[in-house]
Amino acid sequence: MAMTGVLRPGFIQIRVMDMEAAKEHYIKRIGLHQVMEGDDGRVYLKAADEFDHHSIVLRKADDAGCDLMAFKVLDEETLDGFKKRIEDYGIEVDEVRAGEQPGIGRRISFVITSGHRIELYSNCDQSDPKPGIFNSHIWSVEPHGMRARRFDHALFYGPDIDGVLDFFTKVLDFKLAEKVQMPDGLLGIWLTCGMKAHDIAFVKHPEPGKFHHVSFELENWNDVGRAADIITNFNISIDIGPTRHGITYGQTIYFFDPSGNRNEVFAGGYTYYPDLPTRAWDERDVGKAIFYYERQLNEAFLSVVT
Amino acid sequence: MSEQRFNIDVENINAEFCGSSTGYADERVLVSLERAQGFGKLKNLPKRLPVGCRRGGCGICRARILEGNYKRDPMSREYVTLEDEKEGLVLLCAIYPLSDLKVRLEPKCVKNVEANSQSLEI
Amino acid sequence: MALTGVLRPGFIQLRVLDMAASVEYYTKRIGFHVVTKGEDGRVYLKAADEFDHHSLVLRQADTAGLDLYAFKVRKDEDLDSFKKRIEDYGIEVDDVRAGEQPGIGRRISFVIESGHRIELYAQAEMSEPKPLIHNPDVWSVEPHGMRARRMDHALLYGPNIEKVLNFFVKVLDFECAERVDMPDGLLAIWLTAGMKAHDIAFVNHPEPGKFHHVAFELEDWKDVGNAADIITRYNISIDIGPTRHGITRGQTIYFFDPSGNRCEVFAGGYTYYPDHPTRTWDEKEIGRGIFYYERQLNDAFLSVVT
Repeated sequence: MAMTGVLRPGFIQIRVMDMEAAKEHYIKRIGLHQVMEGDDGRVYLKAADEFDHHSIVLRKADDAGCDLMAFKVLDEETLDGFKKRIEDYGIEVDEVRAGEQPGIGRRISFVITSGHRIELYSNCDQSDPKPGIFNSHIWSVEPHGMRARRFDHALFYGPDIDGVLDFFTKVLDFKLAEKVQMPDGLLGIWLTCGMKAHDIAFVKHPEPGKFHHVSFELENWNDVGRAADIITNFNISIDIGPTRHGITYGQTIYFFDPSGNRNEVFAGGYTYYPDLPTRAWDERDVGKAIFYYERQLNEAFLSVVT
Repeated sequence: MSEQRFNIDVENINAEFCGSSTGYADERVLVSLERAQGFGKLKNLPKRLPVGCRRGGCGICRARILEGNYKRDPMSREYVTLEDEKEGLVLLCAIYPLSDLKVRLEPKCVKNVEANSQSLEI
Repeated sequence: MALTGVLRPGFIQLRVLDMAASVEYYTKRIGFHVVTKGEDGRVYLKAADEFDHHSLVLRQADTAGLDLYAFKVRKDEDLDSFKKRIEDYGIEVDDVRAGEQPGIGRRISFVIESGHRIELYAQAEMSEPKPLIHNPDVWSVEPHGMRARRMDHALLYGPNIEKVLNFFVKVLDFECAERVDMPDGLLAIWLTAGMKAHDIAFVNHPEPGKFHHVAFELEDWKDVGNAADIITRYNISIDIGPTRHGITRGQTIYFFDPSGNRCEVFAGGYTYYPDHPTRTWDEKEIGRGIFYYERQLNDAFLSVVT
């Protein structure tokens, strides 16, 4: 097996304050599909180009934000191996029973030092719509809305980014594809478990457990432009873009869901391999790192989180 | 651009006359035959005009020069050996007419192409 | 380490009939850069977005075609373990000394049952131009020509495809992302070492060791259109496209280098993970598998090889 350990981001559970508005946003605008609704009211969504049961979970709450982000690992043996390594590292691990989320096997769950709950699992059912695998078409159901192809990554804000970097690289075998180093220390890290430029990212922030954005992948820059049209047409709150990131090279636009959770849709980004160097940015060019065309940070991007 | 024009007669491997094209001194002979085919002027081809890479590498357009003079680009020795060349074998995509030409198609690996085609029933 | 063993296609060595015309074509049209010329006349080229020393080697010869295709592996120890596994499988392995190609460490070299020479190596120097890694701009030198970003994969024609599949999967730890099964047996396989839909592919063909195409990756569909303009403007011999593959979903155009070696530039293609199913095609829909818009094969694509 050329790919081992953590394979990819599996799903993210997001708190929303108005479930109907959230469903309309993620289904009609982003372009996801509803797989099912749980007895406890949680709504399970996926992109039609994903095989796995779901990738987005919406939970009604009285605040916005992210409950947890879960990664899919290769097999059950890998899951047990990670449990031991995480506990040996000194982080407490909870077991979550199979079926706590429909279609998902047993998970291991833990809170990292930035205050975010991360989970790992190896088994999940497939659900429709999903890609065809026999004489298959480019898509099984016609893409709609922003034509999101997958839940791709998330960016979290919290303290102890150095500790998070140590944990993800030493315990979960992630690689540091890119980083922002300020005079007073590490500001941001972009971590990958495979060949994408990032699967999860963190920015240093005083409050623990904060959520910056969830990101959905699009086919190309043209689709980023289409997403921009949809954002204005349906009066979706815009953050910034269309623009490009110097970091990862992604072509991107940021906006907010009806509960104020930030979303990104993006295209592109370089291919990472574990023998490639970490790309680094310093204070002088950090504006260009985040917004390659504007070349300046904006205050909201650094401070508005849920 | 050269305006020197030549007549190119082509026959298939069984020596049946297929048709003629107008070739130019700065134009690959195969390209002039492709134009003739596009105008519907070629008949009696075993299948269709053997067009491949058009740059002397794949050997599909192998042919024998029956009459006439030409100049040549590099062409793969895998398909036109020195002995072949002495006998007048060329790749039509890698020659340019210096006079009227008469050529006979002797495409490479006809057996393999047809074996593949039959198995795919295309 | 999540990615182990074979990482990616490293370089391809092609035979050309006219070196000057070939260098002009691969540099000015495809958009590559010459790294160095060897004393034996071989010319070493790369894309500006690649770190490694070179990815394309041109050798003047009196025939066109493929000399060898080499993959980069993660570690030097991998070379020794692959050597043993390949020999245990019953294929003879030659050692190629470090420096036989400039900037490349020792290689192991072997001929697979389709008649193609495949090599593995672990060490490669970096060369200019390459991506920046400190405050890195989106590109270091301005893209030109078709704006190729990397040598991405090759398609090879030869016999014994079932054995080739078995060898790549069992010995080199590749995965079969996609396959075509005809009534009389396996026609074609698309193999990946990582997360791309393919790193190498094979089509069953009676002659051993034949070369169908080398592919260079572009940013998006718009760049495929730009490549089409370049192909006609500079009287490059066209094969087919712009079109799309049902297989891998790549948006593509095929054409020939000045020696008749087929080239592809393409964008897109799905992301593969080792827990994904193999996608399959049969006789009825193979036309759509190869050319998604035309929905018919053409005999040149199946028979024209160097």
